[in-house]
Amino acid sequence: MRVNFTVNGRKQEADDVWEGESLLYVLRERMGLPGSKNACEQGECGSCTVRLDGVPVCSCLVAAGQVEGREVVTVEGLADYAAHRTDAHPGGGCASGACGTSIDAAKRWQAKPQDGQTGEAGGLSPIQQAFIDAGAVQCGFCTPGLLVAADELLERNSEPSDADIREALSGNLCRCTGYEKILDAVRLAAARQEEAV
Amino acid sequence: MDFLRPASWEEALAAKAEHPTAVPIAGGTDVMVEINFDHRRPEYLLDLNRISELAQWEVGQDSVRLGPSVPYTKIMENLRTELPGLALASHTVASPQIRNRGGVGGNLGCASPAGDAHPSLLSSGADVEVESQARGVRLIPIDEFYKGVKRNALEADELIKAVHIPKADGPQQFSKVGTRNAMVIAVCAFGLALHPETRTVRTGIGSAAPTPIRAKAAEEFLNAALEEGGFWDNGKIITPSIAKQFATLASGACNPIDDVRGTANYRRHAVGVMARRTLMWTWESYRGDNGRTLEGAA
Repeated sequence: MRVNFTVNGRKQEADDVWEGESLLYVLRERMGLPGSKNACEQGECGSCTVRLDGVPVCSCLVAAGQVEGREVVTVEGLADYAAHRTDAHPGGGCASGACGTSIDAAKRWQAKPQDGQTGEAGGLSPIQQAFIDAGAVQCGFCTPGLLVAADELLERNSEPSDADIREALSGNLCRCTGYEKILDAVRLAAARQEEAV
Repeated sequence: MDFLRPASWEEALAAKAEHPTAVPIAGGTDVMVEINFDHRRPEYLLDLNRISELAQWEVGQDSVRLGPSVPYTKIMENLRTELPGLALASHTVASPQIRNRGGVGGNLGCASPAGDAHPSLLSSGADVEVESQARGVRLIPIDEFYKGVKRNALEADELIKAVHIPKADGPQQFSKVGTRNAMVIAVCAFGLALHPETRTVRTGIGSAAPTPIRAKAAEEFLNAALEEGGFWDNGKIITPSIAKQFATLASGACNPIDDVRGTANYRRHAVGVMARRTLMWTWESYRGDNGRTLEGAA
């Protein structure tokens, strides 16, 4: 079957989708967006977390056919999504198509942190920059899901307590860095967000 | 496999009548796991996400009409006053991502004894509204809903339309045993609701029998003991002997198995502990709410 939906603010269609296929499979194997990770396939680990109409969900548990006509934001589109949150259309795709992240750009997406010498921005969302600065990334497999979940937390709660952070990230497993640096990163992003206001 | 996407409730009923083997999918948090692991290859998937009324709720005079697809997150955020037991249980479901998708309809449809919503539905005395194209609507009392391990009272052509849950008329509690707070399938769980209006206590036990069950003997004992001692009026602390007997009877209601999550003996023990604790918590809250009036009356 064919599925039409919005990915990172741009309209997309996926063809030859098997009816029992997950959104995660469509994103990774049909759209070529491997940012959302495939680990447990049962909603336990959170590494496939994406936003579905703004709500964080495990994309491995969403049937592809269920996203027809709906909006998905993946980690590849997170920087643009975060950048536009504060201006034109918070929490949604851009109707004009001028915003968002194209599939080609998303496929080529690489983390380019802020240049320490020149201060030039690298096109990262604040939470991505904070993860780098806090050393919250080790093997990186859990990182995309954590970024999407943490970004959503900071969107609805600008001053999260430690308990808020722990709860918001309770569906994301990390097996190597340990959670302390991840908590540091979210605290750092929250503090920077407050400074910017 | 075929993916059926009804745009309305009527279309969904027609699809289910035409394809009784179709597996309804809403949040997908159970069904997709089975498909991902190739444990299940249904001929038809019946997507209920487009039927917006299934994700809505209405607070009525005496009860809440809860759509089966209302995600647990919304229950936690919006129905804490009306349905405190279910709101507490909702908060223990898996993780934020899962609570954003899953709802009570999935718990009822799967009818796993470990579903987190069951104990509070039992202790509240909910009714499940189901409908088929051929025979229309019927209400199934929750006490008659669970039929066996992962079997419920639904006919093949029926879908769950709503769950009618009486609004709390007293304190309610929910307790669940697991290895951590998040992402835990209950080792066992216990729900308890005080119903001061009828001067009764109702319970629900999860994951300690082939189906979710009530601890009926424990309820009958406690109802009689509370009545006899005038506890509802005098608001006295429940005596340790009453609490202990209640816990023993609750434990005795279990018919658990040994599995990877725990042994049968452990489950029996833990259910007794949770029964005693939830009774104490709710009773303290009842006494607190009524403290002054009760003392004055005495």
